Amino acid sequence: MATTDRDEQTGGAEEWRRRYESTPEREGELFSTISGLENEPLSSPGDVDLDYERDLGWPGAYPFTRGVYPSMYRGRLWTMRQFAGFGTAAETNERFRYLLEHGQTGLSTAFDMPTLMGYDSDHARSLGEVGREGVAIDSLADMETLFDGIPLGEVSTSMTINGPAAMLLAFYACVGEEQGVPLERLRGTVQTDILKEYIAQKEWIFPPEPSMRLVVDMIEWCSERLPLMHPVSISGYHIREAGSNAAQELAFTLADGFAYVEACLERGLDVDSFAPRLSFFFNAHLDFFEEIAKYRAARRIWARQMRERYGARDPRSWLMRFHTQTAGVSLTAQQPEVNLIRTAIEALAAVLGGTQSLHTNSFDEALALPTEHAVRLALRTQQVIAHETGVVNSIDPLGGSYYLEQLTNELERQAYDYFLRIEELGGVITAIEQNFMQREIAEASFRYQSEVERGERVIVGVNRYEQEDEQPIEILRIDPALERKQIERVQAVRERRDAGAAEAALARLKDDAAHGDRNLMEPIMAASRAYVTMGEMCDALREVWGTWRETPVF
Amino acid sequence: MAGKIRVVVAKPGLDGHDRGAKIIARALRDAGMEVIYTGLHQTPEQIVETAIQEDADAIGISILSGAHMTLVPRILELLRENGVEDVVVVVGGTIPDDDADELRKLGVAGVFGPGAPTTEIVDFLKGAVAA
Repeated sequence: MATTDRDEQTGGAEEWRRRYESTPEREGELFSTISGLENEPLSSPGDVDLDYERDLGWPGAYPFTRGVYPSMYRGRLWTMRQFAGFGTAAETNERFRYLLEHGQTGLSTAFDMPTLMGYDSDHARSLGEVGREGVAIDSLADMETLFDGIPLGEVSTSMTINGPAAMLLAFYACVGEEQGVPLERLRGTVQTDILKEYIAQKEWIFPPEPSMRLVVDMIEWCSERLPLMHPVSISGYHIREAGSNAAQELAFTLADGFAYVEACLERGLDVDSFAPRLSFFFNAHLDFFEEIAKYRAARRIWARQMRERYGARDPRSWLMRFHTQTAGVSLTAQQPEVNLIRTAIEALAAVLGGTQSLHTNSFDEALALPTEHAVRLALRTQQVIAHETGVVNSIDPLGGSYYLEQLTNELERQAYDYFLRIEELGGVITAIEQNFMQREIAEASFRYQSEVERGERVIVGVNRYEQEDEQPIEILRIDPALERKQIERVQAVRERRDAGAAEAALARLKDDAAHGDRNLMEPIMAASRAYVTMGEMCDALREVWGTWRETPVF
Repeated sequence: MAGKIRVVVAKPGLDGHDRGAKIIARALRDAGMEVIYTGLHQTPEQIVETAIQEDADAIGISILSGAHMTLVPRILELLRENGVEDVVVVVGGTIPDDDADELRKLGVAGVFGPGAPTTEIVDFLKGAVAA
């Protein structure tokens, strides 16, 4: 070894390679990304095919690789938007106000399982589930309480809801009406992305075809009446959480997005009338550079396809805006404070990747919904990144890194491979029905788990650096009495309302649902105003459209 | 066939988080067990019926929705009512420590939270079913 150091160093790639190979690599460690991409130890100019104007361009201009706005965070920071919700509307209203007081800049609503699955709180299937995973919303009355004291004209709200998205959007719009805020001033996002439900999050109600009809109804209605609303948040977060790798998250999300575009075009909508309001939602997992590359590849692919394949002419149709959430699956129950570190690094990747909006997980979330203390720390994580690290001072500061551009290109290539395979299968919906994505996800998930169990993929505190006798931390407890309280609330709403009006509205909705050429948003708005409950509306639609049942693969 | 341990892997309630359940189903199958995966959105009644029909030695309940203290006791109750108390019941998911203690008192043989290796679950079931 000493002899080598005294050799004359002539430099050059080959000499580096020779000297690198004469040093043994660390044993028992994986140098691949979390997704299994093999990493070369070094990237240099010769490794990357890069044409600056063609592949990177300028912030705010096609192909948007470096960012969707000309000034990015120098002009405006990302929205700090913490996902929140538990118990009944009153508890969540309190948490919303707490977060706004502590510097959060946008709201994000988590609904409970019954709401997500289209059941009222007093349905038999809701037993034990009310208010546990999010807030229980059964009717417009609950929505009114949820936003009590919160001016919808001034705050933008995201709602993580899919099967019954149309109903929750209507409730929100009705609350806006009641507050005197016109529809065209309401700002926010409804997740609505039903395709990823079949693939990953599993919060479906109806079969794919009528579900897609409802999504297009929402997109169409919003393009006409709520121009500041994002009617869909095309999501990869859940696909990743279900166990996919980064390339699959990227590919399946974008494929879903294209499927929505095609469905809207089939309805006869002009692409530029709706595409600018489509938005996206990605995961921020722990493999730092892979995540940053993923976001940049996503922007570039979307821009290219929207312009070249779908013929969009408005530059706002080409630009992909997204929200990011740090990876829930990366959180450990063991030594939970370590999650603060994981989340900070994941959040940093999202910021360096140019996200428009960010949720940081709380450190206690491996086992429960966050306490106030934990969620405040999560918010502070974003604030430190924004104000203390300097990463916001230069737009796309990692652009041009040989490694990053190489990864960006590779993820893009893998995504296009997947697009081709999905197309060969007959499109996204056919692929879903054949369990294609679900199988890919199950495989990737099992591969990762095997690496962890062999100790090759290290998780600090879980398979290395474990600690015996950990002290349990304080976690959030949902008061079981809230379920009874909510059941009484929804029953009282049904008692109080004008029975005739509710019945008529529900009958109209059912009739309109049976006709494929009618937009259901106005009937849903009318039913909402009449205090028809979300469960009642979903039951009516279940009768017309049926329900979806998956054939699981593992 | 006679020697194979028969396990029903079940997802009760409205919870749709099936990543862990699927991994465990596969790991158990790879370890030589006969695995029946119920799929999502099962009622306690459906799970117990499946366990009886399939002559299960064990039931693995996976639940990440926070509804475990309602659904798991209900499953245990139904097993008792149907006289199939010798079925080994294990639970996995987002189960806080004190709930895990409570579930064990009610008759759950083992609780496997986040980070539990599949090998541990396989070994546990082999031991518990043989007993």
